[in-house]
Amino acid sequence: METMSGSAALMRSMEKDGVKQVFGLPGGANLPMYDELFKSNIRHILVRHEQSAAHMADGFGRVSRKPGVCFATSGPGATNILTGLATAQADSAPMVAVTGQVPVKMIGRDAFQESDIIGMSNPVVKYAFQPRKPEEMPLAVQRGFYIAETGRPGPVLIDVPKDVQENKAPMEFPEEFQMRGYHPWMDPDVTGIERAINMLLSSTKPIILAGGGTIISSAFAELQAIAEMLGIPVVTTFKGKGAFPETHPLSMGPIGMHGHAEANKIMIEADCVLAIGTRFSDRSVGTVEDFEKQLKIIHIDVDPAEIGKNQTASVAIVGDVRASLRIMLSLLGKKAKHEDTVWRKHAAEVKSYWRDNLKIHSGEMSAARILRKLREVLPKESIVTTEVGQHQMWASLFFDVIQPGTFFSSTGLGTMGWGFPAAIGAKVAKPDVPVVDIAGDGSFNMTENSLATSVLEDIPVIVFLVNNFTLGMVAQWQRTFYDRRMIGVDQKHCPDYVDLAKSYGAHGTRVQSLDELGSAIKEALSSNVTTVIDIPIDPEEDVLPFVAPGTPLKDMILPS
Amino acid sequence: MMHGMLSILSLLVENRPGVLFKVTHMFRSRNFNITSISVGETSDSNFSRMTITTNGNEKQVNQIAKQLDKMIDVIKVEKLDEHSTIYRELILFKIKISSSEDNRKINDLARAYNGTIHAVRKNSIIVEMTATPEQINAFENLVKPFGILQTARTGMAALLRGNDV
Ligand SMILES: Cc1ncc(C[n+]2csc(CCOP(=O)(O)OP(=O)(O)O)c2C)c(N)n1
Repeated sequence: METMSGSAALMRSMEKDGVKQVFGLPGGANLPMYDELFKSNIRHILVRHEQSAAHMADGFGRVSRKPGVCFATSGPGATNILTGLATAQADSAPMVAVTGQVPVKMIGRDAFQESDIIGMSNPVVKYAFQPRKPEEMPLAVQRGFYIAETGRPGPVLIDVPKDVQENKAPMEFPEEFQMRGYHPWMDPDVTGIERAINMLLSSTKPIILAGGGTIISSAFAELQAIAEMLGIPVVTTFKGKGAFPETHPLSMGPIGMHGHAEANKIMIEADCVLAIGTRFSDRSVGTVEDFEKQLKIIHIDVDPAEIGKNQTASVAIVGDVRASLRIMLSLLGKKAKHEDTVWRKHAAEVKSYWRDNLKIHSGEMSAARILRKLREVLPKESIVTTEVGQHQMWASLFFDVIQPGTFFSSTGLGTMGWGFPAAIGAKVAKPDVPVVDIAGDGSFNMTENSLATSVLEDIPVIVFLVNNFTLGMVAQWQRTFYDRRMIGVDQKHCPDYVDLAKSYGAHGTRVQSLDELGSAIKEALSSNVTTVIDIPIDPEEDVLPFVAPGTPLKDMILPS
Repeated sequence: MMHGMLSILSLLVENRPGVLFKVTHMFRSRNFNITSISVGETSDSNFSRMTITTNGNEKQVNQIAKQLDKMIDVIKVEKLDEHSTIYRELILFKIKISSSEDNRKINDLARAYNGTIHAVRKNSIIVEMTATPEQINAFENLVKPFGILQTARTGMAALLRGNDV
């Protein structure tokens, strides 16, 4: 057994887990960790605000499906990452946050920069550790990474008192460990899958609803094979956007509050849904009661607590999505196929009708047109993140994800300021593909200081700034539901984003036409510096279709 | 009170600081309610047993049980059904006595309910009772006329009958 400090054990365990970089910002209570980081081979990526460190780790984790790591000091450093933890939790993203804490004997005395981050973070982490002795470090780290990554992924917090970081002890790094109360997987129940198949085959209007779990388990090929074999149209949740190629003839796009018209229309006509890795969020299904009344639900999820939480399933299959779909495929084998059914033709007609007839804003630089332009120019393997607001929903509507698993957004918590740092984390995970943050001006404002990290750490991404000079989504609600009483939404006193980008050493460019936009994207793609493309649009442009909160999907408001 | 929608959950949990907080916090954050809770170390000091009673319909209680089961510090969750379960609460009643006649009557009642008498004073008496919530409520109604000065009541402790561990 080797004797070393708690911080040295932390680095050793992280290296064993394959950690190549951490995103963070130092302070008094995590200096011993930073000193060990200095000596290790792990790269430190300095942020300007700990919230961004957490979002970067989250972006890294969603893309690589290995926990991203962020470091923060005690007290204010730790509280700054809370939003990042909550965001990762809401979207089941693997992440490990390591915070400094005051020395053990000072805990509970309101010491300088002390905060009870364990207590505060409890509802927004998958698990939290606070080792009280240095020798507890290796196991805490190993378990932490294991918990963050397995089953339904999520954020783990490891809060390390300063003396635990400093003090030395003989350390053991066990290869195997037991966790009595943690059962991340169950083998999918084959008889349940058989029942599901029979239900699907005996329905006349079946549909597949793919959620974020499909992306998390990378069940893309399996999903596509089942959809094609049975000829079933596929809708997704917003989090599941791009689980299925959105250019595929069977793809209807995301359902929900800002779902595609064709997706919502076909969803409410269906008689049986194969729901995969989804929690039936209120944003996806509208009013819950109406949804489950109208159709038979087959629900596959890795998390048993999701079964029956928001919707009652006729058949429930608990297990990893990919494993379950593989069994389904093998059982489907030679069974009857749906193929050219009336229903399938109907779905195709509904889709082409709405694709051709959905009214969009008339200006050249309408959100629909600029996002289609982005799609046209961007290589299909590019990774896209978004911020939160209208631009996010326009992305949902007008930016087709071609290669599954390349689209990421804060869909659960809806965190403005997530997309840009998450894009930086994503780029670290996949340096060889272009990464674009589809941003709103309000959201970008929240974490734009990550430009410093992006430039200085040489992690170039593209910020596609859909600039309507307003907190657009809130403004849209005020126009729609509050009789145009506009308050707190005007963003006129915002920086000039071109100058702002330049002042950080990034590229900044403003475009006024689709042609300019096309060239700007191409230029950004060939550049090796972060580029902010400022795209002014009409502040009054609305996102439509829209399903108002608390109403069923059938009451979708369409553009008139 | 065991009538209505009350359900009993028995949890085997890691005996570690903070676990009680996490369990009770889950109830709060998921919008569920705890009606009573009792916690104690088991014969194996690695574990504690929590007995939680909660109200809610079957669907809600199933959801609570699943959320609890998902918690890493929770080893095992059982939904106990009243009929196959031994469940008890402990209650201490401080009862007013105005005469030796009162004293005698309370003694008789306590005996009938398997209660134990403690701290007999001139003006008050303490009765300890370990019983089902219904029995406790029945006893309470009987001694109410004398004047109940104070009560201290634990949460419920419960175990399933039978051989399973
Ligand atoms: C941190 C945070 N604060 C507030 C909100 C509420 N909110 C949702 S959308 C929105 C407006 C977003 O504005 P912007 O980023 O400019 O995007 P736009 O809607 O204009 O496209 C706000 C304030 C939020 N989602 N996140």
